[in-house]
Amino acid sequence: MSGGPLLEVTDLRTHFLTSRGAVRAVDGVSFTLERGRTLGVVGESGSGKTVLARSIMGLLPAHNVKRDGEVVYEGRRLTGLAPSELREIWGAEISMVFQDPMTSLNPVVRIGRQITETMHFHLGLPDREARSRAVELLRSVGIPEPERRLRAYPHELSGGMRQRVTIAIALACGPKLLLADEPTTALDVTVQAQILSLLGRQQRERFMAMILVTHDLGVVAGRTDEIVVMYAGRVVERAPTTVLFSDMRMRYTQALFRSIPRITDPGHRRLQAIGGRPPDLVAPPRGCSFAPRCRYARERCHVEEPPLTDAGPGHAYACWYPAEPGEVAAEAASAAREVAG
Amino acid sequence: MRDSPSEPRLTEAVVAAAAPVAAASGALNGAVAPAEPAFVARRLGVGFWISIVWVGLVILVAVAAGVLPLQDPLAIGDNAPRLGPSTAHLLGTDELGRDLLARVVYGSRTSLIVGFSSIAFGITVGGSLGLIAGYFGGRWDAAINGISTILLAFPVLIFLLTIVTFLGQNLFNVALTLGILSVAPIARIIRANTLAYANREFVLAARALGARSRRILIREILPNVLPSALAFSLVAVAVVIVAEGALSFLGLSVRPPTPTWGGMIAEGGQVLAQDALVALWPALAMFVTVMALNFAGDRLQVYFEVREGGL
Repeated sequence: MSGGPLLEVTDLRTHFLTSRGAVRAVDGVSFTLERGRTLGVVGESGSGKTVLARSIMGLLPAHNVKRDGEVVYEGRRLTGLAPSELREIWGAEISMVFQDPMTSLNPVVRIGRQITETMHFHLGLPDREARSRAVELLRSVGIPEPERRLRAYPHELSGGMRQRVTIAIALACGPKLLLADEPTTALDVTVQAQILSLLGRQQRERFMAMILVTHDLGVVAGRTDEIVVMYAGRVVERAPTTVLFSDMRMRYTQALFRSIPRITDPGHRRLQAIGGRPPDLVAPPRGCSFAPRCRYARERCHVEEPPLTDAGPGHAYACWYPAEPGEVAAEAASAAREVAG
Repeated sequence: MRDSPSEPRLTEAVVAAAAPVAAASGALNGAVAPAEPAFVARRLGVGFWISIVWVGLVILVAVAAGVLPLQDPLAIGDNAPRLGPSTAHLLGTDELGRDLLARVVYGSRTSLIVGFSSIAFGITVGGSLGLIAGYFGGRWDAAINGISTILLAFPVLIFLLTIVTFLGQNLFNVALTLGILSVAPIARIIRANTLAYANREFVLAARALGARSRRILIREILPNVLPSALAFSLVAVAVVIVAEGALSFLGLSVRPPTPTWGGMIAEGGQVLAQDALVALWPALAMFVTVMALNFAGDRLQVYFEVREGGL
């Protein structure tokens, strides 16, 4: 095991070549992930989160895609590996949990075989051993009567159970890095928390690093060590989780944070949505890509692109007119006091 | 479906109480829950089972023809020609005094062997090509599509004549020819079905787990494509049986005196005015068998049809 970080992403760019031009889905993203840590990737739909996750793995369509930059996993450059070498890593070292468990499970294959499959080809386990491990896995992800469930088809399980199964499949070969791409978005709200804490528990027990992709700041709040906020394919703010929530600077992060409805809000308060839509990724606006939707945008924002500026250990943001440190947190606190008083 | 909160519990109760009625009429279900019928049992239906029993019977009799108390289908002159049905000859005799029942039974062998083996060939070759074309796309797809377009455009009769003339007129060559002709349409159907699954998330998920393309094709996509392919192949067998009949009729299939349904119809056609029964029996046998295969295939297709909303 090398001493360096588990995953190092440097200036990753993924462009989809279309008839309209290159769609810059991921446009120069860099971050580092240490072993056993959790990184939250947050952004609204179309901000490039999913493409980022897939670009890290190298799971992109074969045609009309241009990927640049470097992904180094345990000292190995994933970006330079042949498909056959990548296959050895996929599933065994790096695994992925998808958004919708109904579509990511094969509808006509029994659960048992879907779990044992990877153990056959990565670990070379014989059938009986793989099955007993599958039972253990299902039990550890909280599925009752695992022996019976092995014979079930996906449609016989509820959404939450299905996602538990996909997690079991992803964990089957003991990966060191788990990419969870909106793992709770397709699920019932009541089940979301269960699935998230299941992921957290598995991660701690296995000392596995995780990248949790979500559009919900609330999801990453208590469950990540560090957060990357993405907008239009770029990182617009990056900070350790506690720092981000106490000290968010970038106006987009702030807008995302404000859009979360709070239990302390007075009743019938309107949701604070972010107006407009994410920019066209073929021809992004000049200057700051968030400027057209930003309340605080001034002239400079529409002309010059703000660089990622350091704001303390591990904290960086890209904004010309950032929020004052602590401004957003204070705002939330005072709102809470108002309700209490 | 079950989880849907809008679904009134009442519906299930009503359907459970009136299960036989509900199964018989979809209208009732529609009236209770217009958006989505609560539960319609998927059934193959009596017609399917009658068809399957008939096809099974035909196969069984064809296989066991040698041990059944049948007369020699080739013996000429033992009996008077064109006898009507009697206890000695259940279906009568033909122009040359051969027992028609024996000939219809032995004739089924040709039809069945050609029908099933050529489609088995078609499914194996066409199915593999279709899977490859649909999954890999790009050049593979273009090449396979090109080949199948050529195959489809080729005049069937000329192709048959060529093969039969140069390679000989026997069962194997006839089956092979019809098999080759079935490759292109089967490949197209399988390709279309494969395309529908190739970009599904579970395929991506399998790839993300490090599965090779071959494994994904065989383990992930094939199980999804196979049921409808098998259902379709039953219909295809029926088509080939008719085609073989047409070839026999034209004298391009297995040489006489080996009995075949098509050949018998051709022979009977010459004496149609004197005795229509000679042509009727083989025609009837072919008609019922082909209809049974078609019906069974159709029912299976409906049965296997995936309704995504119901999953």
